[in-house]
Amino acid sequence: MPESLARDFRAIAPAVDFCALRFVEESSEILTVRQDVPEPPQLSTDRGAMVTVIDKGGLGYAATSDLTQAGLREAADRALRLARLTAGRTVVDYGAIEMPRPKGTYRSPLADDPARLTRREKYDLLAGEASQCRIDPRIVDWEAGLWTTRTRQAYLTADGGEVEQEFRYLVPNLSATAHADGVTQTRSHAGRGNGFCRQGGLEILDAFGLKGSGRAVAEGALELLAAPNCPSGKMDVLLMPDQMMLQIHESIGHPLELDRILGDERNFAGTSFVTLDMFGSYRYGSELLDVTFDPTRAEEFASYGWDDDGSAAERQYLIRKGLLERPLGGAISQARAGIAGVANTRACAWNRAPIDRMANLNIEPGASTLEELVAGIEHGIMMRTNVSWSIDDSRNKFQFGCEWGRMIRNGKLAEVVRNPNYRGISATFWRSLTGVGDASTFEVMGTPFCGKGEPNQVIRCGHASPACRFAGVEVFGGAQ
Amino acid sequence: MSMKAYFHELADFVQSLAGAGEVIASGFAAETSDFVRFNRSAVRQATSVRQVRWTLTLIRDGRRADATATLAGTIAADRGELKAMLAELRAGIADAPADPYLLLPGEPVNTEREAAGEIPDCARVIDAVAEAGRGLDLVGLYAGGPILEGFANSLGQRNWQRVDNFNFEWCLYHDRDKAVKTSYSGPRWEAAAFEAKMRFAREQLALLGRPARSLDPGRYRAYLSPAAMEDVIGMLCWGGFGLKSQRTKHSPLMRLADGAASLDARVSLAENTADGLAAGFQRDGFVRPARVELIRAGRPGDCLASPRSAREYGVATNGANAEEVPESLELSPGELAQADALEALDRGIYVGNLWYLNFSDRSACRMTGMTRFASFWVEDGEIRAPLNVMRFDDTAYRILGSELEALTRERELILQGGTYGARNTASMRLPGALVRDFTLVL
Repeated sequence: MPESLARDFRAIAPAVDFCALRFVEESSEILTVRQDVPEPPQLSTDRGAMVTVIDKGGLGYAATSDLTQAGLREAADRALRLARLTAGRTVVDYGAIEMPRPKGTYRSPLADDPARLTRREKYDLLAGEASQCRIDPRIVDWEAGLWTTRTRQAYLTADGGEVEQEFRYLVPNLSATAHADGVTQTRSHAGRGNGFCRQGGLEILDAFGLKGSGRAVAEGALELLAAPNCPSGKMDVLLMPDQMMLQIHESIGHPLELDRILGDERNFAGTSFVTLDMFGSYRYGSELLDVTFDPTRAEEFASYGWDDDGSAAERQYLIRKGLLERPLGGAISQARAGIAGVANTRACAWNRAPIDRMANLNIEPGASTLEELVAGIEHGIMMRTNVSWSIDDSRNKFQFGCEWGRMIRNGKLAEVVRNPNYRGISATFWRSLTGVGDASTFEVMGTPFCGKGEPNQVIRCGHASPACRFAGVEVFGGAQ
Repeated sequence: MSMKAYFHELADFVQSLAGAGEVIASGFAAETSDFVRFNRSAVRQATSVRQVRWTLTLIRDGRRADATATLAGTIAADRGELKAMLAELRAGIADAPADPYLLLPGEPVNTEREAAGEIPDCARVIDAVAEAGRGLDLVGLYAGGPILEGFANSLGQRNWQRVDNFNFEWCLYHDRDKAVKTSYSGPRWEAAAFEAKMRFAREQLALLGRPARSLDPGRYRAYLSPAAMEDVIGMLCWGGFGLKSQRTKHSPLMRLADGAASLDARVSLAENTADGLAAGFQRDGFVRPARVELIRAGRPGDCLASPRSAREYGVATNGANAEEVPESLELSPGELAQADALEALDRGIYVGNLWYLNFSDRSACRMTGMTRFASFWVEDGEIRAPLNVMRFDDTAYRILGSELEALTRERELILQGGTYGARNTASMRLPGALVRDFTLVL
C-alpha cells in the first residue's frame, strides 16, 4: 500500500464508533492469441479505497479513486453522512456488532514469477500452442490466452487494525471450435469460463498442462463433431472435477450463503431453499458428502488470510457426512442470524461493499478410484467441462450442460457423445451421491466470474473436488 | 472544475504527448453514484462511489496496446499518472507483432450529448422507500447519479456524453419466493410516479396471497411480459448478432443466418442508438449509425461489426463495441393491446419474469431458464393462482417463430440495471409476447 495511506487515513478518520479503510490495487495483463494472430495486450490498474463508518447504529460506505489525504477525507465525510442517514433505519443495529481489529500479512505462493518472461515470450508460448490447433479445415476458430493479476490489499481500522495481503492469480485458457454440416462443437481445456484458475505463478501452466493441449482440444472438438447426440433418460452420472466445480458452486455454495438466507439477495441473485433452522440437523446429501470452506489451500483461487471485514480465515466443515453444519456467512451476517459461520465477507473491488461470498468451497476426497466409480455404473454417463448452467432463485431446480460426455455400460466406458445435459433438484440431488473419488481424481478448479450482490459484483471462487457419481439422474442431449 | 472540463483538459494534455508516427486515443468513464440497498423495508447497505477510469490506446508502427487505470479525478495528480501509463505502453508496444486487424476512425466526428436530470438525494430516497415500504417486506436497490463517457484521439476527435439517471428496482415479498418485482427509473424522481408504481405492485402482491399452483412439465399457452422478454431477447445477444460469432460459427442464430430456420415475420430487431441511452460512439471512437437492422421480418439482417471484426472480415464497421453486443436493442411492436393480453391468453401461464437463462443447445438456439416473481396461472382470461417456479426449455425458433401468436402494441423501455464495475446505459425496448406453446420441463 502507498506509504502515506495509513498515516493519511488515521489523520482524517472521523471520531465515530467504528471506521475502517480498505485499499485495493489490482494490476492485470490479458494476452490472447486467436487464430494465430496475437491480439493487442490489455493492461489495467484498478486502484482505490473504501471507507466504512459505523456510528450510532448506522452504516455507511464511501469509495474513491482519489487516494490523496483530501480524497480520503471527502470519502470519510460521505461515509459518515450515510451512516447518520441510515441510523435507526437499518436491518440491524450495526453499532452492536463487534468488528474485528486484525493484524498481519498474507501472500500468495509464487514459485515462478510471470515477470520472468517478457510479454513477447508469453505471446510466443501461447502462439506455439494455438498453432497446434490447426489440424483440420473443420477447425474454424481457436484461441489461447493468459490472464495474470497481482492484487495488493490493505485493511486498516482507525483504532490500530492493520492487515496487508498480496495475491497473485494466473488464468490460462485454450479452446478450439469445429464446424461442419450445420453443427458447431467447442472443446476447451477446463472450460471456456476459465475453470482452471489458481493463485501462483507460471508453475500453474504445468499443472494446467499447456504443453500439448492445443492439438488435444482440436482433436476433442472434431471428436465431438463426429459423436452422436447424448441420449435422454434416467441414468447414473459421473461428474469430473471440471463439472463438479459448477455443481458445488451453484447447488451447495449459493444456497448456503447466509445473506441469501437472510433475504438480502431476493431482489437479484435470489433466496435459498435452506433456512436457518436446518443447520445442525438437515440431511443435505448422502453420508459420502463432506464439504469444507477452505481458504487455507494456498494454490486455490480464493485463498486469503483475512476477509474484507477483517475476520481471520479458517478451514471449516459446512457439511459433514451429509449433515448440514454451518452456513457461508461473515461477521455481520453471523451477528444478524445468531449462528456461527465462516470468514467470507468479501468485496470484488475497492468500489463495492463486502458481502457474503463463497470463496474456496471444496468436496473432500473419498475412497474410490476412477476405475471403481466407472465399474459401479451399469447404465450411465461420464461428463466433463461445464458449458451451461441455470438454477432457480432458491437454488433448487437446476439444469447444467457439459462440453463432453462418454457413455458407460456395464461398468465400462463406451462411446463419446455430444451436448450432454442433466437436470435435478439440489435438495434431493446430493442424497443420490453414491461414490466419491479418491485423491487421484481430485483437482483444484474455480471460477473468476461469480456474479452476485447489489450493486453487482463479480468475484473469484475456488472449487476443488474429486470425481463424483450420482444415481438416477435425468439426462438429455441437444437437438442434433 | 466540472468533469467535462477535466476530461477536455486531460485529453488536451494526452494529445500533446503524441510523438511522430503515434496515434493516442483516450477513453474516459466516470460516475458519481449512490447505491442504497434495502431488505425488509430497512437499509442493509448504503454506498457512495466516485470513480474515474481512463483508457489509453497507443498505436504505432501498425501495433496497438491498451491500458486502463483509475484516476484521482484531479488534473494535478492525473497528468503524471497518464504520462506514466503512456511510458509503459511505449516500452511494451514492440512486444506484440503488427496487428493485421487494426482499424482507426477516419475523419474526426465530434459529438456531444448532455442528458441532465434531477437525481434525488439519498435522504429523500430513504425517506420515500421507508414510507412506501411500511408494513411490507420490501427488498431492492436504488442506484443513481451521473454517468460520464468521453473519447478523444490525437487525430482531433472528441466525443462526450453525460447521462443523469436513477434506477430503483425492488420486490414486495409475500412469502418465501413469491414476490412482485417493479422498477422505477428516469432522469428525475417524481413522488407521484413512484407512488403509482408502488400501488400497482401492492395490488399484484394481493394476488400472491392466493394458494400457489404447481404445474406438471408439459406445453402451455403463455404470455411473456416485456420484462420476461428481456431475458429471452438477452440470450440472443450472447453472440447472436455479432459478425465474429457468425463467421466463427459460434452464433446461437447460425441456423437463421444460414437460412435453415426463420423467426416469425412480425419479429424485427434493431440496434436503435438514436432512441437509446447508450453513447453514440464506441471506445475506439467510431460513431454509431442511428439504427442497425439486425433481424428484418424474421430474416437475418445486418451484423454488429466492431472495427476489429470489420477489418478481419473485410466489411464496414457499424461502430459496435468490441463484444459486438447490442446496447439499445428494440423489438418491433405487434397488434395486441397489452390490456387484452390476459383475455387473449385465456388459459395458460402469465410469466412476469424469467430468471437465469442459458443455452441448453446453442446451435439450436435452445434455451432454458426459470419462471420467477409474479407469474400466474390464468383461466378464462383471469388470474387464478400464483405459480410455483417452473423450468422452461425451448428454442427461440418456437418462442419467436412457429409458436408466436402475438406481440403487444405497447412496448416498455427496460434499463439494464447491471452495475458490474460501473453503472451502465444499455437498454431494451420490448413488447410482451403471446406464445401458443411454451415448454416447461421441471
